[in-house]
Amino acid sequence: MVYSYFPGCTLKNKASDLDLYARKSAEVLGITMEEIEEWQCCGGVYPLGANETAPKLASVRALVAAKEKGQDLLTLCSACHHVLKRVNNDMAENENIRTKANNYMQLEVPYAGETKVVHYLEMLRDVVGFDQLKAKVVNPLKGTKIAAYYGCLLLRPSKVLGFDNPENPKIMEDFIKAIGAEPVIYPYRNECCGGYMAMENKELAKKKSSTVLQSAKENGAECVITACPLCMYNLKVNGGVDDLPVYYFTELLAQALGVK
Amino acid sequence: MEKNEKELAQLIQEISGLNPKKCMKCGKCSGACPAFHEMEYHPHQFVDMVDRGDVNRLLESKSIWMCLTCFACVERCPRDVKPANFIEAARLALIRQQGCNHLKDEAVPPLLDEEMPQQAIVSAYRKFKK
Ligand code: SF4
Ligand code: SF4
Repeated sequence: MVYSYFPGCTLKNKASDLDLYARKSAEVLGITMEEIEEWQCCGGVYPLGANETAPKLASVRALVAAKEKGQDLLTLCSACHHVLKRVNNDMAENENIRTKANNYMQLEVPYAGETKVVHYLEMLRDVVGFDQLKAKVVNPLKGTKIAAYYGCLLLRPSKVLGFDNPENPKIMEDFIKAIGAEPVIYPYRNECCGGYMAMENKELAKKKSSTVLQSAKENGAECVITACPLCMYNLKVNGGVDDLPVYYFTELLAQALGVK
Repeated sequence: MEKNEKELAQLIQEISGLNPKKCMKCGKCSGACPAFHEMEYHPHQFVDMVDRGDVNRLLESKSIWMCLTCFACVERCPRDVKPANFIEAARLALIRQQGCNHLKDEAVPPLLDEEMPQQAIVSAYRKFKK
């Protein structure tokens, strides 16, 4: 299967591991990731104001690029995924935004949300299949107790994201099982890490991320996985629990597949 | 001309594009909010204050800058009110005015560190300034 791929700014820089191990693993899994040409930053956050069209155009361009290639749009960063998915939903369902964006972009064929936005984890679940993935694992992470950290952006609002059950998700735990490890269920796995407060209100980010990590640790986790560079930063830098390493899920995937 | 309080409330509603009257005051949003203890006015109150045109106190309080945009309130609300969107609309009503950015450029460099991801900076800029 060939995907259009939207890496986003952070994966070209601080979160290059998230990208690198995803690409290596994709090769083993028979998935081709074709990076979109000249993609632009998604903006990091989905604009919540009703009339904000301009900050959504970068996402629309990426969605259109995938449509023109007849491919689904693959994402890795939780924030990019969130923004692209919600803007796509606007283009499909919000006539005001759709009309304004199309008027601005002057495409030959107007865009109306046709592209399917797929997160890498969804691709593993729905296209590769966790059973198939398990069969390709050469280096199972036997007995490792891993806490999946979902955070906010992949799950909510679930009506638009449609990623998993927002209150009791399981896709990352199923992933953990597929790579041979043992998932740890803990209450704060879908609570906020403090998000973008990391910069402007570090104290608040510290409170939130340390609650998450302590909860994971109390429930027996030996490490934590995430799909989000900002969660990674908050947990590592603001989480205050030194002996609980945090990894991108793709790094453990690559390790299990023997390509790390 | 300065907007009076009713006009400001109207502006916030317009920016949100949403209807605060849908709220049935159940408080589920505030119960779900991870920033609850940081706030003087809580998500269900935000919605109510916008509805009643009682927004000056809200706009002056630190509460509106504490929201993490985690969407827990949006997810749990049984009436699809979207409290987070009202908070963003209140922020926008402020920062869209000239010179009213919540985050000033000159304040940024000391807030950065080696490991901070681009995502954090871009997001804070989008959230706190125009
Ligand atoms: S989006 Fe903001 S107001 Fe709503 S629950 Fe999260 S932090 Fe609280
Ligand atoms: S959860 Fe919804 S209906 Fe209940 S108080 Fe909050 S906004 Fe109102």
